[in-house]
Amino acid sequence: MKIVVLMKQVPDTYGERRLDTQTGRVDRGSSEAIVDEISERALEVALRYKDSHKGTHVTVLTMGPASANAALRKGLSMGADAAIHVLDDALVGADMGQTAAVLAAALPRNEYDLVIAGNESTDGRGGAVPAMLAEHLNLPHLSFLDSVELSVGEVSGERVSEYGSLDVRAPLPAVVSITERAAEARFPNFKGIMTAKRKPLSVVSLAELGLGPAEALAGARSVVLCASARPARAAGTKIVDEGNAGEQLAEFLAANRLI
Amino acid sequence: MPGFELGEEYRDLVEMVRDFADQVVAPVAARHDAEHSFPYDVVRQMGELGLFGLPFPEEWGGQGGDFFALALALEQLGRVDQSVAITLEAAVCLGAMPLYRFGSQEQKERWLPQLVSGQALAGFGLTEPGAGTDAGATRTTARLEDGQWVINGTKEFITNSGTDITELVTVTAVTGTATAADGSTRKEISTFLVPAGTPGFRAERAYDKVGWRASDTHPLTLAGVRVPEGNLLGERGRGYANFLATLDEGRIAIAALATGAAQGCVDEAVRYAKTRTAFGAAIGTYQGIQFRIARMQVRAHTARLAYYAAAERMLAGRPFKTEAAMAKLVAGEAAMDNARDATQVFGGYGFINETAVARHYRDSKILEIGEGTTEVQLMLIARGLGL
Repeated sequence: MKIVVLMKQVPDTYGERRLDTQTGRVDRGSSEAIVDEISERALEVALRYKDSHKGTHVTVLTMGPASANAALRKGLSMGADAAIHVLDDALVGADMGQTAAVLAAALPRNEYDLVIAGNESTDGRGGAVPAMLAEHLNLPHLSFLDSVELSVGEVSGERVSEYGSLDVRAPLPAVVSITERAAEARFPNFKGIMTAKRKPLSVVSLAELGLGPAEALAGARSVVLCASARPARAAGTKIVDEGNAGEQLAEFLAANRLI
Repeated sequence: MPGFELGEEYRDLVEMVRDFADQVVAPVAARHDAEHSFPYDVVRQMGELGLFGLPFPEEWGGQGGDFFALALALEQLGRVDQSVAITLEAAVCLGAMPLYRFGSQEQKERWLPQLVSGQALAGFGLTEPGAGTDAGATRTTARLEDGQWVINGTKEFITNSGTDITELVTVTAVTGTATAADGSTRKEISTFLVPAGTPGFRAERAYDKVGWRASDTHPLTLAGVRVPEGNLLGERGRGYANFLATLDEGRIAIAALATGAAQGCVDEAVRYAKTRTAFGAAIGTYQGIQFRIARMQVRAHTARLAYYAAAERMLAGRPFKTEAAMAKLVAGEAAMDNARDATQVFGGYGFINETAVARHYRDSKILEIGEGTTEVQLMLIARGLGL
C-alpha cells in the first residue's frame, strides 16, 4: 500500500494570527509556524496502518514556502518514508483551486493507492482542497471521515453529521479527508528525528512538475477583494438582577435569535 | 568560536519533549503531586517516546543519541514537572547507565533492554542513614558465602526503588579493607545488582516528602539478601570510584532539570503578570514585577549556558568535573530563587499547592541538596582551583 498524506504548515492558533491587510494574505511573521494538527492526524491514520502492515509506504506532500520544510521533517520524524515539497515563488498567494492543481501534479504518477488529508486547515479554512484534488485525479472522494478503515482495494469510514452517521466506502485509489475526531497523532521519538535526516525529501518547482507559472496561476478562481483587521471587541450587555433578570435574559436571547 | 545554537536534531527533540510535557505531563502533574502517586501512564508514554533510551546505542534498544540529548529532554520535563524529570534522570543516570558502563555482557543482556525501553526501572542505593555526602562511611556489608554475596544494611532516599516496574536496585556495600600504597587502610566498597523481589530485600514505606512527591523514593532494608556471585557490578573494590564517575554526569543532568524548573517559573510568572491586574493595570506593567522577572530570566539563561558548557566538555572527552559542579550549583540555586520569586509574583495563589509555582517552590529545594549539596559543589570547585 502506498499512501500520500497532505501536510500543511499554518500559524500557531495559540499565537496571535494576523492578516496582511495590504495583500489579504496570512502574515507568516506574526506567529510561530507549526504543522496543522489535522495534518498530523491524517498522517497518524496512515502510520497506524503502516504499523500493522509491513511494506506500507507513506509519503508526505506539502506546497508552501521554504519554512514548510519543517512540517515535512516532522512528518518524516513521526514515521513517514519520504517527503515532497512543492516550492516556487510563483505560488505565493495561491488559492484553493491552484493548490489542488499543483498537488495533483505533484503526486507521484500512479504510485499511490490513497491520499489522506485533513478536512480543512486552521488558517485558510476553505475545506475544499481534498475534493478538488479528487476531481483533478478523477478519483472517488470520501470527505469528513471520523474514522478510516483500510483494506486491500478499498477504503471505508464513518462520516458523522448532525442528521446521523454514514458508513461510506470507495475502491482504491481514492482521496479521503478526515476530521478532528480521527486518530490522535503520535509524538515523534528521537530515533525518528535522527533517521528523518536520511529519508528522501525532494523539493520540486512548478517547472519540474511540468507546470508553467502562467498555467498554474491561470486558474485563479478566488480573489481577495479587501482584507481588514478584526474590529475590537465591544463591551457586552450587562444584565443586573432587579427581580427580572430571567426575563431580560430571555428577551436578549430572543432578540439575537439565539432561542 | 564555540556556539550554543542547537543543531536541527536537538531542536526537534526539544520541540517534541516540550509538546509532550505540555500536553501529557503538565495536565496530571498537580494530581500526582497531591496524591503522592507515581505517574505510571506518563512513564509508559515516555518509554514509547524513547526518552529512557536517549543516550544509549541502538544495539541495546536505545535511541542512539548522546548525554546532551538527555539533558535537553530533562530541561523540558523539569519545566512542568520535576517529579517526572527526576524519575527519568534517576532511571537513566543512576539506574541504567552504571549497568551499561560497568556491567558484563551477561548482566547487560539480562537487564539493560527493559531499562532502556522504560518498561522497567532500576534504582541506585548509595546513601545510607549515616552516609550521604561522606559515602566512604558506608556501613552496608557484603560477604562472599558459598558462591553468593550476602548483603546486610539499610539505604536511604533511593529513587525508583519501589515502583511496580522496579526490576533492580544497584547497591554499594563494604566488601573488605583495602590497603593503600602508603600503608593506610580504608573500606573496600563494591557494587551489587539486587533484583527486586529478592528475599530479604525490602523497599520500605515511601517518604512523605516536601517536594518531588510523584517521584518514588524509599528507604531500603537488606537483611541477609543473597545474590549470585555474578551480580557484582564492575570490579570488586571499584564500587565507589565507579559511582563518583557516574555522579559527575548526573550533575549535568540535574543542572538541566533545574534549568527547566527555573525557566518554568519564568514562564508562569510572565503569563500571570500579563493577565493579573492590580490598581487598574496588568501587574507586569509595573517595574517592581518586571525587574523581578527579568532577574529570573537571567538566572535561567545563565544556568542553561552553564550546563551546555559542561556537557560540551564532557562530550568532547575533556575534564568536566568543575564545570559540572558549577552548572549544578548555579542551576539549583536558579531554580530555588526563581521559585521563590515566582511565588511572590503570584501572591496568595502562589501559596496554593495546585499551582505550578507552588509545586516548584516545594520541589526546588532538593535541587540544592540531591546529587551533591551546594556545599559539595563548592568543595569541588575550590579543589579545581588547587585549594
